[in-house]
Amino acid sequence: MKRLVVIAAALAFSLALIATLLELPAATIDLRPAVAENLAASGVAHPVTAVLLNYRGYDTLLEIAVLLLALFGILALGLERQVCTLRAAERPLQLLARLASPLMVVVAVYLLWAGAWRPGGAFQAGAVLAAAAVLLHLTELLPGWLQPSARLRWGLAGGFLLFLGVATAMLARGALLEYPPAHAGALILLIEAGLTFSLGLILAGLFLFMTCDEGGD
Amino acid sequence: MTDPGALMVWLILLPLAWACLAFLLGSGRGAQAAIIGLGLQLGLTLLLAVMLSGAGAASHAVGGWPAPLGIALAADGLSVLMLLLTQLIALPLAVYAHAYFAAGSVEGRYFWPLTGILLAGLNGLFLSADLFNLYVTLELVGLSAVGLVAAGGGVSQVAAALRYLFAALVGSGAYLLGVALIYGAYGTVSLETLGPLVVAEAPRAVWLAGGLMLVGLMLKTALFPFHYWLPSAHGGAPAPVSALLSALVVKASFYLILRLWLDPFGALVARAELLAWLPMTLGSAAILWGSWKAIRAPRIKMLIAYSTVAQLGYLFLIFPLLGTAGARQAGMMHVFAHGLAKAAMFTAAGVLIKVTGQDTVAGLAGVAGRRPLSLYAFGLAGITIMGLPPSSGFLAKWLLIEAALQQGHWIIALMVLVGGLLATAYVFRVLRQAFLRAPRAGELVAVPRTLELMAFVLAAASVLLGLRGVELMALLSIGSAA
Amino acid sequence: MTSGLLFAIVGVLLFTMGGAGVLLLDHLLRRILAFNLMGSGAFLVLVGLAQRHDVADPVPQAMVLTGIVVAVAATALALALARRLHALTGRMELPEADDD
Repeated sequence: MKRLVVIAAALAFSLALIATLLELPAATIDLRPAVAENLAASGVAHPVTAVLLNYRGYDTLLEIAVLLLALFGILALGLERQVCTLRAAERPLQLLARLASPLMVVVAVYLLWAGAWRPGGAFQAGAVLAAAAVLLHLTELLPGWLQPSARLRWGLAGGFLLFLGVATAMLARGALLEYPPAHAGALILLIEAGLTFSLGLILAGLFLFMTCDEGGD
Repeated sequence: MTDPGALMVWLILLPLAWACLAFLLGSGRGAQAAIIGLGLQLGLTLLLAVMLSGAGAASHAVGGWPAPLGIALAADGLSVLMLLLTQLIALPLAVYAHAYFAAGSVEGRYFWPLTGILLAGLNGLFLSADLFNLYVTLELVGLSAVGLVAAGGGVSQVAAALRYLFAALVGSGAYLLGVALIYGAYGTVSLETLGPLVVAEAPRAVWLAGGLMLVGLMLKTALFPFHYWLPSAHGGAPAPVSALLSALVVKASFYLILRLWLDPFGALVARAELLAWLPMTLGSAAILWGSWKAIRAPRIKMLIAYSTVAQLGYLFLIFPLLGTAGARQAGMMHVFAHGLAKAAMFTAAGVLIKVTGQDTVAGLAGVAGRRPLSLYAFGLAGITIMGLPPSSGFLAKWLLIEAALQQGHWIIALMVLVGGLLATAYVFRVLRQAFLRAPRAGELVAVPRTLELMAFVLAAASVLLGLRGVELMALLSIGSAA
Repeated sequence: MTSGLLFAIVGVLLFTMGGAGVLLLDHLLRRILAFNLMGSGAFLVLVGLAQRHDVADPVPQAMVLTGIVVAVAATALALALARRLHALTGRMELPEADDD
């Protein structure tokens, strides 16, 4: 009964919404000219990166806070294990993982660099780094993580703190995150480099902190 | 700092900074940083209120890019009042939590980082003037609240957190689809830019967008019948977390409903006035159902949680009356009254549960003689929840009844009175039990005095605010057309 | 019909399918997937609707990138909670609500 009601409601809603989309007139405001005009002052050549790290950089700052927050939430579950041991694994798999992971680091650096003028950037680069860590973990070369040490905590939060610091320093110019056009490119690259490193750790942590957990104490 | 923009920015940066610091210091640490940070935040908020009452509403273009290309932060009377309430409640709660988690329990290990991000999300939400940025702040608030509920990781916490998480995610998902439709229709998500555009033309997709956002936010506010996730989440968490969630987190999405209802969707509401009776009807149902469950709840924290379900109902009674400034003041007064009183109730209950070692209402027998200060705090908060003079709860109800009768909607006035009577029933259930003679002289656990003091401070504030509430609500006129 | 509009329509269908899934499915992993379907649907509407006249708009694309990261964070937290619940109870369904 509940099934039927929900499915009928979902269908009716879809149809109504699609009907309104078909008759929707053109949008009143077009932001593309504004994005293009200010591209020179944004410090990057790729419009999406310009929106992401300059025009709407504040969204990105909070987005990193959301990721860090997910990690806090997972750690707050209380991971009690004291040791996390490696098991035996297939040698050919390990060999492949050993070969692939340095290449993945190179790919990550390339993605970070390319983000300035084509699709890429810190998140993509960080995701590749995290994937390398997960690969090493799945081939039993890297153990799962326990409660983080001080060094790891700095690594996890460092990228966000760097971003926060740069954003705050720009307040002196008048507004949060208001980069001087001449240095915008360099500042964005600095922030993205820090983020790549920390995002790699955070995303890896979302996986590696949990794998050893078997339900608290 | 003479620029209101910088004050707004610091209100978001400070909690982020102390959240990170607490994380870097290690598990369970960072309370001092949080308390200092919160003190500064309270000071900044007061400064902002003073500044705005002189100069009017203010805004800050983040990145130096004015909206619609960039994201604007904006503060008017409504935002400042929400900011003020948030810091006012969070500071004593932080002092309380410091003492509560002092023993180093598992639940408290990541309390400070999570709470810092929660507060940054709340402050960011109250200041944002951009629909998409508001989505990000909603997620900051929602996910940190879920993390706080899950802390400790026992079966009941994890189950409550998951139920809460799905509700929060579906709520923000619906909100996000609404934002997508708005962007498709107008090409912008800036609130300031949208206002006149919606007045000029509203294709049907915008109506659906408004509906999606409203339902999504109602789910996050736990308005009846979307309240199913609230009791286990609020009732099952440690006392300081319950207090934060009940006093502040559900108010954030209510604030957003109110803000969007007034502008930019005010133009739509004006074309379909009957629409305002939908939230009112759900609010009335919430008052009846929440109170009924609170009257019957065997456990004290569940009683308080169901009382939250009921009290949230009042906030939605104001929608048919929103044309007048009086109704808006009544609504905000109730946000203050319930926020302070509910924080006091949960903190006082936290003490009583720690002291007696069990969590049923029946187990409170005889506690009046042994923990008078906590019980006194609970009673004072109860006065506010029941709406007796001179408390802020009384003032809120008075303003609401006045606004309702002025516009001839006696049914709303009636609901307010019925709700007050029902609240009396569940508040007295606790008090009556507490004054009974204890069946056996059980061993009481010693608790830090700070816990009782903070509960008392919050409760006293909820009552005393009734004396100065009208002046406070005058702030609402900042940046408001009416 | 332009490809942008088609994206938006598919997005609406994905969103409602995901929404119905979250409401109807009991298995936690399925519900988490359903939520992701819902999110992806909203993202498709955001990007597709903005380019329904076949010109790409970088602003919603950047918003969607932000949205994806938020969805990743939410999914990670949900998976961690589900995994913990499974470790404690051996089940992948939520127990009856404990709300009296």
